[in-house]
Amino acid sequence: MKLDLLTSLYVFMLGAFIGFEVIRRVSPLLHTPLMSLTNALDAIAVIGAIILVGERKSALSTVLGTIAIVAATSNLVGGFVITDRMLKMFRSSGPKKP
Amino acid sequence: MTAGTGTEQLIEVAYLVATALFILSLKWMSSPATARRGVRAGELGMLLAVGGTLLHHGIVDYKWIAVALVLGVIIGVPLGRVQMTAVPQRTALSHAFGALCVTLVGTAEFYLRAPDVSRFMMAVLSAEVILGSLTFTGSLMAAGKLQEVLPQRPITYKGQNVVNLALLAVAIGVAVYLVFRPEHTRLFPAIVGIPLVFGVLMIIPIGGADMPTVISLLNSYAGLSAAAMGFVLDSKLLIIAGALDGASGFILSVNMSKAMNRSFSNVLFGAFGQEQAAGASAPQARSVRSATPEEAATILAAANKVVIVPGYGMAVAQAQHKVRELYDALTRRGVDVKFGIHPVAGRMPGHMNVLLAEADIPYDKLLDMDEINGDFPQTDVALVIGANDVTNPSARNDAASPIYGMPILDVDRARTVMVIKRSMAAGFAGIDNPVYYLDKTLMLFGDARSFVGAIVRELAGGQG
Repeated sequence: MKLDLLTSLYVFMLGAFIGFEVIRRVSPLLHTPLMSLTNALDAIAVIGAIILVGERKSALSTVLGTIAIVAATSNLVGGFVITDRMLKMFRSSGPKKP
Repeated sequence: MTAGTGTEQLIEVAYLVATALFILSLKWMSSPATARRGVRAGELGMLLAVGGTLLHHGIVDYKWIAVALVLGVIIGVPLGRVQMTAVPQRTALSHAFGALCVTLVGTAEFYLRAPDVSRFMMAVLSAEVILGSLTFTGSLMAAGKLQEVLPQRPITYKGQNVVNLALLAVAIGVAVYLVFRPEHTRLFPAIVGIPLVFGVLMIIPIGGADMPTVISLLNSYAGLSAAAMGFVLDSKLLIIAGALDGASGFILSVNMSKAMNRSFSNVLFGAFGQEQAAGASAPQARSVRSATPEEAATILAAANKVVIVPGYGMAVAQAQHKVRELYDALTRRGVDVKFGIHPVAGRMPGHMNVLLAEADIPYDKLLDMDEINGDFPQTDVALVIGANDVTNPSARNDAASPIYGMPILDVDRARTVMVIKRSMAAGFAGIDNPVYYLDKTLMLFGDARSFVGAIVRELAGGQG
């Protein structure tokens, strides 16, 4: 248990560093789609909710977990759909020049 | 966690690959050329992770999972198809949904485990539900303000900050007590309920122009609460996804506060508009030069280099498509047209870029503040549409100004400045803008959309 915890802290620290380095390089042009994409990725929390509901340990956990799956799935689907729609609109002037 | 069975190992491998895909997904967002590949990578990672999870041996009942997944898709698709102008409120709403998921799972986990909860577990569980619930109501409030179902203007009262901080302190105090005495399960609702109230109170004093910072900050909280959930569930994938989201929100918040020359605490506890209104000088009766669409069109047509500076006013007037027509008309005449975009223009980071990209303006013409500022001295006309404070040179040279130190777009260095504005009313900070009184400035009074439309008609007429 204690070792797991330490490993988790390492994972969090490295994840945060990678996040800083990768996201620092995102052009301000794309900051809105970046936010909707990270939102969609954050919906990975759905896996926790799925296990919670599937294990059917208590009525409370089933009810709360089911609502949680709905909330996360709508983020997941909506987030990817809108990010892609936004990115589709970003065109370079190269091929468009008359 | 890793049971010996083949399926369990397969799931772990799926999570590992998903983690790599998530990181690549964000890496590919660095350029518009690869960004859509980033979305594909994210989707594939998500598919692997969710697919793998469904194989988990502990799952004995799929009925509610299936119902919830279907409902989620039914709600999610319309949320992905909203108008581009509604993207800020959609984003705030999705922070709320993410935070709701995390809070509910945290609550369920607590009642499943209590009273046998280790100190560390209780600490991360508390972080998860406190951050989750304040982000939930805070984001709902932000979405309500952006959708204008709630009043946009800041609501302040005496002692507001003391009340808010006291509430948060009580919630943290209860959480600390639970860390040492998790058997007192009756206290648990307090660390969900109090932050729910705090989230509402936190956003009440925040005005529309502060939304870019607030949305970014809520994004960061949502990410951190998901990372805390990863600790609770011992899921490395969730910890990393939460850390990435938290880092992203944090970087954006720092960018936004820098662009307004304010600290986080000032945004959250300052209620800027209210505070500054008293300090702002009464609008002086100085004279301004105004111009008609014909005059503006003549000057623009004679220019070699034009920089358009859009602000939230352009979005409110829905003028972006008319602005595209103006861009086309000028480009056809051989005028070099670029856009100068301030980081806090609009209601969320990158808001103006999305609106202009939707209007079909090529992204290589959209330049951020640092890229464009060097160009203004060689610019014939700077055309400001619905922006005010971000062009105010007092920020550069008047130490007494409330916005002194805020980085601005140096439109006053262009040869001619044109400002489309409804009236001489002051901007969000309630500060007069000296640019308006310069000899080289022409004020174009009117609605942004109709005024730009009138200029476009003049340009077409002059050409034919």
